[in-house]
Amino acid sequence: MVMRALKALVARDLALAARVGGSGALSLVFFLMIVAVVPFALGPDLNLLSRIGPAILWLAAVLATLIGLDRLFQADEEDGSLDLMTGAPVPMELVVLAKVLAHWLTTGLPLALAAPLFGLLVALDGTAMAATSLTLLVGTPALTFIGAVGSALTASIRRGGLILAVVVLPLMIPTLIFGVSASEAALGGTVPFTTPLAILAALTLIAGVVGTLAAAAALRWSE
Amino acid sequence: MRLTAQNLTVRRSGRRIFSDVSFTLDAGEALMVTGRNGAGKSTLLAVLAGRLKPEAGTLTVAKVGEATLPECLHVVGHRDGLKSPLTAEENLAFARDLLGMPTASPRAALEELGLGHALKLPVAYLSAGQRRRVALARLLVCRRPLWLLDEPTAALDVASQGVLAGMMARHRAEGGLVIAATHQALGLDGARELRIAPARPDARASQTAATGDVWW
Repeated sequence: MVMRALKALVARDLALAARVGGSGALSLVFFLMIVAVVPFALGPDLNLLSRIGPAILWLAAVLATLIGLDRLFQADEEDGSLDLMTGAPVPMELVVLAKVLAHWLTTGLPLALAAPLFGLLVALDGTAMAATSLTLLVGTPALTFIGAVGSALTASIRRGGLILAVVVLPLMIPTLIFGVSASEAALGGTVPFTTPLAILAALTLIAGVVGTLAAAAALRWSE
Repeated sequence: MRLTAQNLTVRRSGRRIFSDVSFTLDAGEALMVTGRNGAGKSTLLAVLAGRLKPEAGTLTVAKVGEATLPECLHVVGHRDGLKSPLTAEENLAFARDLLGMPTASPRAALEELGLGHALKLPVAYLSAGQRRRVALARLLVCRRPLWLLDEPTAALDVASQGVLAGMMARHRAEGGLVIAATHQALGLDGARELRIAPARPDARASQTAATGDVWW
């Protein structure tokens, strides 16, 4: 029964993201726009672009993740769906996990998959594209989990999006640091690629546990 | 199922809403919660639904096995819990899967409320009364012993009010409980009335307000 409820939650959020007004494709377009604007600002210096390319992709991913996060729980709080979820025979932690999973499938996963393509815009070579894509795949769940805490905290605040960004961005810094350093380690350097990647994976696992518990607690004690 | 509330006291944002509300409700019984606007009717329902913590008092349920109170009830309130982009059928199917204990199909539930034609329509296209009827159809798609209804007849036409009265009567005949916050007669025969009186002036509440503890 629990699995059925969780499946229903994930399916509903995916359907909502795909319908009109959903944020499904929006964060991907936003990601593309940030990446596309950077070469205009820096000029056509291909060496410079390919050196800072992974950092640009990661920064864009962090910003694109923030898009739509404010509505993750707020929309359900406003229309009363959260009352339904309180009454479901499922712990609030699992509800959070299902919603975060659906959100990551519509934002983080497309970002990671599109990263090699967008890497072309910042002159990344094949190895760097693959490395950045892999680090985004491993690291973006951490961003979503961290964001979910801020989203749960600001669920009952009107126009809480800006507060959310201010609360959440500093907490995303460790993920950003290790995501970029893993991507750059793949291009050569003193540190082997797997070291920062392992730390990034650890950050994702920690964020998964702490974020789920914290967001559920924030939703329970929202008033 | 039996629901017992003892000496419930609720405070929101430092302001005491009501205090010492007690009642017992047995299988088949109904309770009408009345009171002036702002007396705390919806707040009481939010406490029962587990969305608010009472400051004092206890809520206990008996004869429901291991289920907790929020798992035994349906809520239909002003916030209807419907997603506008999804169709009526999708909304009801979601509620059925989420809440468990499925009974009627979304189609059968909607037809009972006279909305069979709206099955495949996005809820955004429906009028306020039709939305309310979709929310009420949730009561039928899965079985839960306690119905919490917050002004269930708001925006409903006379025919639908009759249907709702019939639904509530059948639910009570099957041993269900109904708690409705309302200003109107709902056709609940033999319902008891709980009138929520304004809270007593309370020294602590005025003190917290005076010290600026609550700044939002």
